[in-house]
Amino acid sequence: MGFDRDELERYARHIVLHEIGGPGQQRIKAAKVLVIGAGGLGSPAILYLAAAGVGRIGIVDDDEVSLSNLQRQVLHHTDEVGEPKVASAARAVARLNPHVEVVTHDARLTPENADGIVAGYDMVLDGSDNFDTRYLVNRAAARAAKPLVFAAIGRWEGQVAVFDPAAGGPCYECIFPERPAPGLVPACAEAGVLGAMAGVVGAMQAVEAVKLIAQAGEPLRGRLMLYDALGAEARVIRVKPRADCPVCGDASRG
Amino acid sequence: MTIILNGEPREIAARALDAALAELGYGGAHVATAVNGDFVPRGARAGVELNDGDRLEVLAPLQGG
Repeated sequence: MGFDRDELERYARHIVLHEIGGPGQQRIKAAKVLVIGAGGLGSPAILYLAAAGVGRIGIVDDDEVSLSNLQRQVLHHTDEVGEPKVASAARAVARLNPHVEVVTHDARLTPENADGIVAGYDMVLDGSDNFDTRYLVNRAAARAAKPLVFAAIGRWEGQVAVFDPAAGGPCYECIFPERPAPGLVPACAEAGVLGAMAGVVGAMQAVEAVKLIAQAGEPLRGRLMLYDALGAEARVIRVKPRADCPVCGDASRG
Repeated sequence: MTIILNGEPREIAARALDAALAELGYGGAHVATAVNGDFVPRGARAGVELNDGDRLEVLAPLQGG
């Protein structure tokens, strides 16, 4: 798979990076990445993946653009309020990089459709906005043995990690085995969320995805990064797989 | 003794991690913990002793995206 003259110019600043180069850029072009949620995290993640030239980007979202999204969801624009987010997202990607194929899944991820959707991709980015979807995505990615670039945000802070049990790393349920009771953890709508902080964390997801695809550097596998925007601090904790994890532990392998 | 809880110094009396969490007001909460940068699963907390100056991270799950 070669690059035409336009692509060589478009990706020149990546190709010149020693850790990416021509081979890495080829891998990026061949990659198929699924992004769950075209919201505060999905917006920067999708834009940077598209700009990087990821060959196919799948986007799962069943929501419509609302005015209160636009403070942080930079994929969508004022004249798109009321439109499906996947339509708005596909338009933004097409404008940014016509070499990228967008597959829109205008649906909510469910136990019934999750495995079928994940099967079409090499990697999953979770930018969803609720615990049900987060636990579902983690299980589907682990079952499919595909890396999951996880992130979650609230108020002024975010968490980022690469969950990749197939490569010996832990999964989401190793860290958070119990789903918090509904209503215990506030959603962004109730608690608020800093727009630019969502941008930082969603861009970190794109960084980790590009590193995994291009096989560059050390992935955030087995580590969880906490970004505290209010304190202007980032801290990293090391996480090992839990042998008794129902998703990726010994019991799950029968 | 003084520990560093989520980057801030805190005085606590308890030594075992599970007791320290209860003392700090996290009893029964769905939180993840790390001591000096290493994750400690819930089941292992009773067996982990905190020392003066240890860094304790207590993470609540976030759901926003």
